[in-house]
Amino acid sequence: MSEQPFRLFAGGRVDRERPLDFVWAGRRLQGYAGDTLASALLANGIHLVGRSFKYHRPRGILSAGAEEPNALVQLERGARTQPNLRATQVELYAGLHAEPQNCWPSLELDVGAINGLVSRLLPAGFYYKTFMWPRDGWMVYERFIRRAAGLGRAPSEGPDPDVYDKMHVHCDVLVVGAGPAGLAAALAAGASGARVILADEQSEPGGSLLATRETLDGEPAARWVERALADLGAMDEVRVLPRTTVFGYHDHNYLTLAERVTDHLPPGSAPDRPRQRLWKVRAREVVLATGAHERPMVFAQNDRPGIMLAGAARTYVNRYGVRPADRALVVAADDGAYAAAVDLADVGVEVTVVDVRAQAPACAEQARARSIEVLAGHGVVRTFGGSRVRAAEVAPLDGTGAGWAGGARTLRCDLVAMCGGWNPTVHLFSQSGGRLAWNAERACFVPAEARQRVRVAGAANGTFSLAAALTEGRAGGDAAARAAGFSGGADVALPAAEEGAEPAPTRALWSLPTRPPGGAPAKHFVDFQNDVTANDVALAAREGYRSVEHLKRYTTTGMGTDQGKTSNVNALGILAGLLGREVPEVGTTTFRPPYTPVTFGVLAGRDVGALADPVRTTPMHRWHVAQGARFEDVGQWKRPWYYPRPGESMHDAVSRECLAARNAVALLDASTLGKIEVRGPDAGELLDRIYTNGFKKLPVGRCRYGLMCREDGMVLDDGVSARLADDRFLVHTTTGNAARVLAWLEEWRQTEWPELRVWCDSVTEQWATASLSGPFARRLLGELTRDIDLDPEAFPFMAWRAGTVAGIPARVMRVSFTGEQSYEVSVGAGFGLALWTAIALAGERYGLTPFGTETMHVLRAEKGFIIAGQDTDGTVTPHDLGLGAMVARHKDFIGKRSLARADTLRADRKQLVGLRTDDPREVLPEGGQIVARAGGRPPVPMLGHVTSSYWSANLGHSIALALVKGGHARLGESLVVQLPQRSVPVTVVAPTFLDPDGERMRG
Amino acid sequence: MAEQHGRQSALAGLGLDAQARISTRGAGEAGVRLGERPWRAQLALRGDPESEAFLTGVESVLGVAPPTAPLTVSSRRGVACLWLGPDEWLVTLPDRREPRAIARLEERLAGLHFAVNDVSHARTVLGLAGPRAREVLMKGCALDLHPRSFGPGRCAQSSLARCHVLLHQLDAEPAYDLYVHRSFAEYAWRWLCDAAAEHGLAIVAD
Repeated sequence: MSEQPFRLFAGGRVDRERPLDFVWAGRRLQGYAGDTLASALLANGIHLVGRSFKYHRPRGILSAGAEEPNALVQLERGARTQPNLRATQVELYAGLHAEPQNCWPSLELDVGAINGLVSRLLPAGFYYKTFMWPRDGWMVYERFIRRAAGLGRAPSEGPDPDVYDKMHVHCDVLVVGAGPAGLAAALAAGASGARVILADEQSEPGGSLLATRETLDGEPAARWVERALADLGAMDEVRVLPRTTVFGYHDHNYLTLAERVTDHLPPGSAPDRPRQRLWKVRAREVVLATGAHERPMVFAQNDRPGIMLAGAARTYVNRYGVRPADRALVVAADDGAYAAAVDLADVGVEVTVVDVRAQAPACAEQARARSIEVLAGHGVVRTFGGSRVRAAEVAPLDGTGAGWAGGARTLRCDLVAMCGGWNPTVHLFSQSGGRLAWNAERACFVPAEARQRVRVAGAANGTFSLAAALTEGRAGGDAAARAAGFSGGADVALPAAEEGAEPAPTRALWSLPTRPPGGAPAKHFVDFQNDVTANDVALAAREGYRSVEHLKRYTTTGMGTDQGKTSNVNALGILAGLLGREVPEVGTTTFRPPYTPVTFGVLAGRDVGALADPVRTTPMHRWHVAQGARFEDVGQWKRPWYYPRPGESMHDAVSRECLAARNAVALLDASTLGKIEVRGPDAGELLDRIYTNGFKKLPVGRCRYGLMCREDGMVLDDGVSARLADDRFLVHTTTGNAARVLAWLEEWRQTEWPELRVWCDSVTEQWATASLSGPFARRLLGELTRDIDLDPEAFPFMAWRAGTVAGIPARVMRVSFTGEQSYEVSVGAGFGLALWTAIALAGERYGLTPFGTETMHVLRAEKGFIIAGQDTDGTVTPHDLGLGAMVARHKDFIGKRSLARADTLRADRKQLVGLRTDDPREVLPEGGQIVARAGGRPPVPMLGHVTSSYWSANLGHSIALALVKGGHARLGESLVVQLPQRSVPVTVVAPTFLDPDGERMRG
Repeated sequence: MAEQHGRQSALAGLGLDAQARISTRGAGEAGVRLGERPWRAQLALRGDPESEAFLTGVESVLGVAPPTAPLTVSSRRGVACLWLGPDEWLVTLPDRREPRAIARLEERLAGLHFAVNDVSHARTVLGLAGPRAREVLMKGCALDLHPRSFGPGRCAQSSLARCHVLLHQLDAEPAYDLYVHRSFAEYAWRWLCDAAAEHGLAIVAD
């Protein structure tokens, strides 16, 4: 036992048969299974665990739970290191390695503590006042301030070696918290047969029952916990989730839970299980039994190591078998302190109680029975000590509590246990939209009106006695189950709790007097993590920060990783006192998720690496891969970009592919184009209303290129539609717009034109499409089909035919995006690879060349064909594109009226033109800005920008498309594309660089 | 049949038959069995659920009427009709029955406002079954799949992780058919294998 000098010989829930070695700040120490890192440190007599954020003051363990502001540690090393973990929640395991944070060069010797000596230079709002000037200065200062302050380090080695997972689950009743109220609620709801989830953030369910010496049915309370868990375990529809923090309560009773599945085991020791799991729970009803957080008391130098919450001291004694001190001063504003005083005394700690209330409460009798001195009407003047509290000065308070009424007396102590009252843990209730009310008797906010289907039970509801919490929990669980349609839980048996003394009211003394008798004021800490003092709150109030939200941001109180769990209500109380208002008038700040920090890993789950996003591939993908294609991401699709041969650069490959398409024959995988079947007697009418040009009169067997606009007249998408039958069209969309166009059609069909008898069905995935382009396209296709007459008279440009290609049922469309003689062959997707392979084989003697999206872009740009989304950006009308001829005059369509607006008729709108660089080898960067001439004093008027730009191997010079103000009237004009270092002279030309009459594609 | 020459299922590239041969030994103990069940003929059917002529017309051709109760499946003798929306169904048939079924539907329903499209190639079917199959789906699907709210004969469209899925529960073991679009099939397959690994996964042939 010599390794753990403050461990009790017996008692608590630690397993003394299972010692665990761990390393803290480079020291090898030992604890037991069942310990937290905090309890193990205390068992070793270690109270100093970190330095404060601003003043680098020594800080100790304040709490025993989620509210901990001080004991933040850096856990583990390398890729698994994690910052800002609360030592009070880190379960001890063999080989655990933890370091304190925020202290350099070491915990005991900290150079940052110099800040403490110059703290008068760091008042509230210091950062705002000092570093916001000059305006850009913060960018520089911030880096240094953050490094000096540095709360822990993010892992710098990656990737995260652990696996995280997610679960979606629905239930009738979600019970949050497995203390007495939560267990009773789960038992009642479970007995009704409802689907119940009981989630608890601790290593084992039981909550406060694990840390009390109160009995249930005359036995230790933990015995009843075991029985309750056994009962719950026997219920098929009850799921108990320990080590699971409910961190978010969102709309529609949707809650998010983080389960720490293997965090309590040595890292990497359970490779077949996830480290953490995110539970996304949709609950019909919720019962919050989240307990309460004890409030610190605000007195001078209340932040020394060894000063902790009374309930925490009690927890360390009862649950962890730790004797946290030799001599304790217990400071009370609430009866809760006496239970701690008694439990401390019973393990041999010498205890004195100081109660700020004028009268000692009834429960003080138990303390007096143990010869504990109880000083009613007294407060703590200040404390002494360095790395550990050594003594405290106490004195009688005057009637108001604002000053001292007598001389001070110094008490030696190595523990100050304080209880300023209890704050119900209303975080989740508040996140759910519930309204809080002020309970003056217990000086705390309690849940009032719920906005969602939620009930609150036990201490979370301000019901602090054990017997009442059990009853309320059962009632809450039963009511929740009933609301979900289940009954029968009202009569589950509850254990009998001890009768306690009638509690005395809590005294809301938010801050003890600031000035000691005859001394200078010293720091009274309100927010331990962010080093906010009562004086800071007072300064903010004097400077006019009267809103609690402003106070928070100005002083940073409650803005640490603990989100002010121990500090917010004290800050409110102090502010209210200074403003002469009641606490509820001042109100609380907004509670937001997460309740405690969650890892990025658990939010990402398995959506990482290869599973981060679907990779969509076409039926011919394997062929492309085998041919060494480079791929381009188009939405989620992988499309072949170009097919380099050994030794070829991208430029070489694309030039070769471009030449092949214009001089021989080339093959493109066009399977990704969006395809929608529009069917019904009004199919033509629907398309007439959607497209700017007419479709009703398109003959069966023919295709037409169409433009569709939004209501504002701007081009939304383009594509070719084929009339398959009188009542049936096949509409093609841009690859990236497939889902959007279908949704667009459905929106108009369903909401505006329900009278149209027409259906729209996506068939994108049904078809695989191989697109042949080039002067030999017809001859090659002719070798593969016998039942389609390819004679240009019989099968003209912009027609389609059905038949078989390579023995496969196919639909062939004579459309051209390359400007060449072109046939798009579509077959059932399962035959895509067979079709492609057959074409490739037959094409060998024609020099068939596969080409990718880059060549496709070059070829279409040579023809001046736009790509919606590249040459248009949502501000471009059909007229701007020079496609005014496609805008029908004698029918209505979406966007028509907008095209008659003065703005859409302006002559100086940006219009699509071609650009030729004076140096034919110069390829402009896409996005390049176009100005009238080089030089000139800023601001230089911008005339437009380059939308597409390529090297054209066919033409032997570069080509570009651009949107230029008044571009249609500028043909032949010289302009300049302004680059960062130089300017490139260009000439405005028509956007069609090759075969303007379209003879090649029609031939 | 020459017409079927060279047909490739969505997951043809993964060599699933070989994987199935290796893993069938453990299929008995596996918590989850997974396999591609390709080549089910599929028709996208649209029509008016309030038209008796439409409902009986379809039934006379397929042997099952389109169900009008949301999220249900009618099936008989290898033909199933899955409810996708108030006027939308997916009809599944044995392989290669689709041309004849389409022709007969068009003949029988002539004059009614309806639509039928062959989408047999658009989706593949992944068969997921076993005592832990539900837990696997729960990792990526937000639907309530508990037996109290989703059981055999039910279908629903939802997301599975990051792809669209049409889910059809076949029996209470539970066994499911997951219809996924062809281009998403490899993603869905890899995701399912990953999610099922902790429960013991056996790859099975169709």
